[in-house]
Amino acid sequence: MSDIVSVEWYLILAAALFALGVAGVMIRRNALVMFMSVELMLNSVNLTFVALSKELGLIEGQVAALFVMVVAAAEVTVGLAIIVAIFRVRSSANVDELAEMKG
Amino acid sequence: MMPEAITFAIFAFVALAGAVVMLMAQNPVYSAVGLLSTMFALAVMYILLDAHLVAAVQVIIYAGAVMTLFLFVIMLIGVDRPNAYGARPRVEKVMTAVVASVFFLAIMLAGWGAWVTGSAAFGTPDLNGTIEKVADELFGTWTIVFLSTVMLLTIAALGTIALAYFGGPGDDEEVTQ
Repeated sequence: MSDIVSVEWYLILAAALFALGVAGVMIRRNALVMFMSVELMLNSVNLTFVALSKELGLIEGQVAALFVMVVAAAEVTVGLAIIVAIFRVRSSANVDELAEMKG
Repeated sequence: MMPEAITFAIFAFVALAGAVVMLMAQNPVYSAVGLLSTMFALAVMYILLDAHLVAAVQVIIYAGAVMTLFLFVIMLIGVDRPNAYGARPRVEKVMTAVVASVFFLAIMLAGWGAWVTGSAAFGTPDLNGTIEKVADELFGTWTIVFLSTVMLLTIAALGTIALAYFGGPGDDEEVTQ
């Protein structure tokens, strides 16, 4: 049953999603959308973990996917709090307008 | 005929379309909805891969909690500033396309090396990501890592509370330090 869709297709899909996430971080200047692109990259890596877990018959891939989700949840919490804090000071979520730390 | 292949094709299309919508949408709310559909499609992929617990957690944590948080913040800081893909200079778009394509091809090539060395037949019948099996692994072999994620979440919560207290306009110094 499981050999109809081979693991290669899952990995290709994951690579395409990762590339779209990279493009999102590069092309968008809204901090929120950049954050969503990072989430997309993390999700594509999760898909790789789970697909290879199935391929190799190891449950560790799924455990790793769960850990990635936990770290992503922590990252989203802190990142969105930082965005809100910056917005309260600067009234903008555009990363091009945040250049105080430029040397 | 091949229900699994058809399901994969449909939801792979949904995942990619959602990602493209996230990338292109003028309005951050549409971006969030696109990412949401991608996450649901990935949950279907996990079910196809027999990772039932990961699929459930994907829907609960990502589609439920994370995207709701995103929508809250979008509503909080406003959606009135269209600042989107169309406004970028052309050279930046071309560079983005090139870099994203390089990433895609590099990942493909890295995978190709492993495939030509010969992989086992896809899927083992006894692997089934039930709660019991994942929990055995999670609370057995990986207990220390699990506990450190607990620490991580606690510290993240404390940091968020600190930012909420000291992040206001009157407390500019605390933010920028």
